[in-house]
Amino acid sequence: MIAPDIDFILRRHAGAGRDALIPILQEVQEAHGYLSREAIICVSRHLGLPASKVCGVATFYNEFRFRAPGKFHVQVCRGTACHVKRSARLLDATATALGIKPGETSRDGLFSLEAVACVGACALAPVLAVNGEFHACVGPDSVRRILDFYRGKAARDGTDGG
Amino acid sequence: MTVAATNRFGSPADLEQAREEIRRRTRPAARSVRVCIGTGCAAKGSRRLYDLFRQAAHEAGGGLIAVEAVKCVGCHGLCERGPIVVVQPGDVLYQQVEEPDVPEVFRETVVGGRVVERLLYQDPATKARARTAAEIPFYKAQQRIVLAHNGEIDPRSIDDYIAFGGYSALAKALSAMTPEQVLEEVEKSGLRGRGGGGFPTGRKWRSCREAHGQPKYVICNGDEGDPGAFMDRSVMEGNPHSVIEGMIIGAYAIGSSQGYIYVRNEYPLAVEHLREAIGQARERGLLGRDILGSGFDFDIRINRGGGAFVCGESTALMASLEGRPGEPRAKYVHTVEHGLWDKPTNLNNVETWANVPAIINRGGDWLASIGTAKSKGTKVFSLVGNVVNTGLIEVPMGITLRQIIFGIGGGVEDGKAFKAVQTGGPSGGCIPARFLDTPVDFDELTRLGSMMGSGGMIVMDEDTCMVNVARYFLNFLREESCGKCTPCREGLAQMLHVLDRITHGKGEAGDVERLEEMADLLAGTALCALGKTAANPVLSTVRHFRDEYDAHIVDRRCPAKECRGLFRYAIEAEKCKACGICKKNCPADAITGAKKVAHVIDQAKCTLCGTCFDKCPFDAILKV
Repeated sequence: MIAPDIDFILRRHAGAGRDALIPILQEVQEAHGYLSREAIICVSRHLGLPASKVCGVATFYNEFRFRAPGKFHVQVCRGTACHVKRSARLLDATATALGIKPGETSRDGLFSLEAVACVGACALAPVLAVNGEFHACVGPDSVRRILDFYRGKAARDGTDGG
Repeated sequence: MTVAATNRFGSPADLEQAREEIRRRTRPAARSVRVCIGTGCAAKGSRRLYDLFRQAAHEAGGGLIAVEAVKCVGCHGLCERGPIVVVQPGDVLYQQVEEPDVPEVFRETVVGGRVVERLLYQDPATKARARTAAEIPFYKAQQRIVLAHNGEIDPRSIDDYIAFGGYSALAKALSAMTPEQVLEEVEKSGLRGRGGGGFPTGRKWRSCREAHGQPKYVICNGDEGDPGAFMDRSVMEGNPHSVIEGMIIGAYAIGSSQGYIYVRNEYPLAVEHLREAIGQARERGLLGRDILGSGFDFDIRINRGGGAFVCGESTALMASLEGRPGEPRAKYVHTVEHGLWDKPTNLNNVETWANVPAIINRGGDWLASIGTAKSKGTKVFSLVGNVVNTGLIEVPMGITLRQIIFGIGGGVEDGKAFKAVQTGGPSGGCIPARFLDTPVDFDELTRLGSMMGSGGMIVMDEDTCMVNVARYFLNFLREESCGKCTPCREGLAQMLHVLDRITHGKGEAGDVERLEEMADLLAGTALCALGKTAANPVLSTVRHFRDEYDAHIVDRRCPAKECRGLFRYAIEAEKCKACGICKKNCPADAITGAKKVAHVIDQAKCTLCGTCFDKCPFDAILKV
């Protein structure tokens, strides 16, 4: 049984060849937030490729995730400009505040943390992004305030994530 | 903007006629507001400003200022002072504009033609206020070709691009020049690849044109992965049509009918603007079949990258386009002969493509008149790090590092001392203060052990540890190494191991020589440019900052006081006001003290987290 949204994506790529693999995986991740085992199998059948090959491509690229991210995906930029503005300490402070390591999702499903190579907003260093929304010149002591803002947002939405 | 299908240009004359019409309709607007929606300004809320100005124009009734005269534009460059808004009449540049400022700016400047002094740029040294961009030192020394219309045109409007002369170079190339003449013009310009390598663009085009095999492909490399660089992002976001026009002209010269733009998925706004621009260009007959009635066919597809740094390497990028892992291959097979799907392929970087329309319009000799003997034209840099004016700049080749960092950049922030400038991304190196008067061009930077690279320029102050910088880059490259060849996969891990040891105060005699030996091996044996140049950050810091390595290894000391464990925190009793803030915030309960008694750090308990250092309002906590 194929999930309807994956079916929709695959139908848009009817008759596609291998060069459509990465675009398809990107679209699936945009729809689901990550690549599930089932999704990878569906994509491999559609393109007539072994699932191992699809997995090989997906795991090569940093963009693809294999576990569901939190409701709020927190990215701390570790680009050079951010580095000289002490983003290593910002990452530590964020990990401490969330109680998780980069690559993990908090138990309540609200936050996931990722250290990223460079988000290309170097003039705003150090940068912390939440669901693609940039926060500029973030010091270690303003992390809690930013996270609380999103916690409040989640509470207002009437969900606790997950 | 609505464009009817009948707006398709069947000939260069159609385009010129449309240009006249657009200009008559839209310019010169006596009153206009341009709001920067580049990534920097957008992060500071500029999209909301745009909405508010539009609303104000709407409420004013349209008689005074057309709602369309409030437009969003690409990056102005001075991201440090964003959000930036430029208002006509007077070309007044306002910086750090916030939502509550909108009614005043609208009432005073847009309607009244008066200047709101407090929102003008103020020179930190002279306190003089600047009314227009031209009066701000940041812009004075710049020469803009690629960024010429960034900040002036609406990146989502092809009409705006056409009004500023857009697609005139394409019309000229298709109607008045043979592919050979286009090629000659680009060769004459001396343009070299702006992505990092600096290979002559004209020669690359010619090799691809003369290569056997059909079809031929052209690719725009927008996978700007160098940490600390965002030039290509700003061009793709702020003036996407300039890249597309450059690609069509290149494809005509080379004899290609299919192009690809490979753009980072981390740049959603760039993807969006490019997509819109390609759609508009197709509607107008500037992409697709029989472009401008010339019989030449060409179209462009966008592919989004998967977040792998190595895909900035041309052969890895092509593998990625084919749907495979982005692993490079050996370079002795040239991509101009056997590239994408084994067909002749010409790949250039975003900035290189964006230079092409100006070369065709103004001639190769014109570009060749700018710059140094072997590096022609201008270069866009992202000037970031510990510098006062961070942002995006475009300068003629041959300008000195000092002019860039201290003239345009306004010097090091917080009055600290300059230590080094890092150029060339992870393949580049760190250049110390004594070489600040070096002219910036491809060859001079290579001579100093760094390189031009794609244009990241990261200024580092006295508090930056150069050994840690080397470690930072090596760690980055180890994570991004694709793992195909052994020297890169294993060599980087070993070098990182040694650097880890040094920055943790466990360095051994001979470690620097060990690093140099491995660097030599890597440069000689790695498969692709990522591995071959991976040791540059280490080699350049060893060359220029050997004393810092020795301090770490011999004295177990980090002179910049950045490496954890190689310095400690202490409280200066004379400065301590016994406020208790440090004590309250210390997560390790390592600080003792009472009211009116200077506090003390218990070194045995201290975890060196630095919280007290950040929190102390009196700068009483020292790194010793």
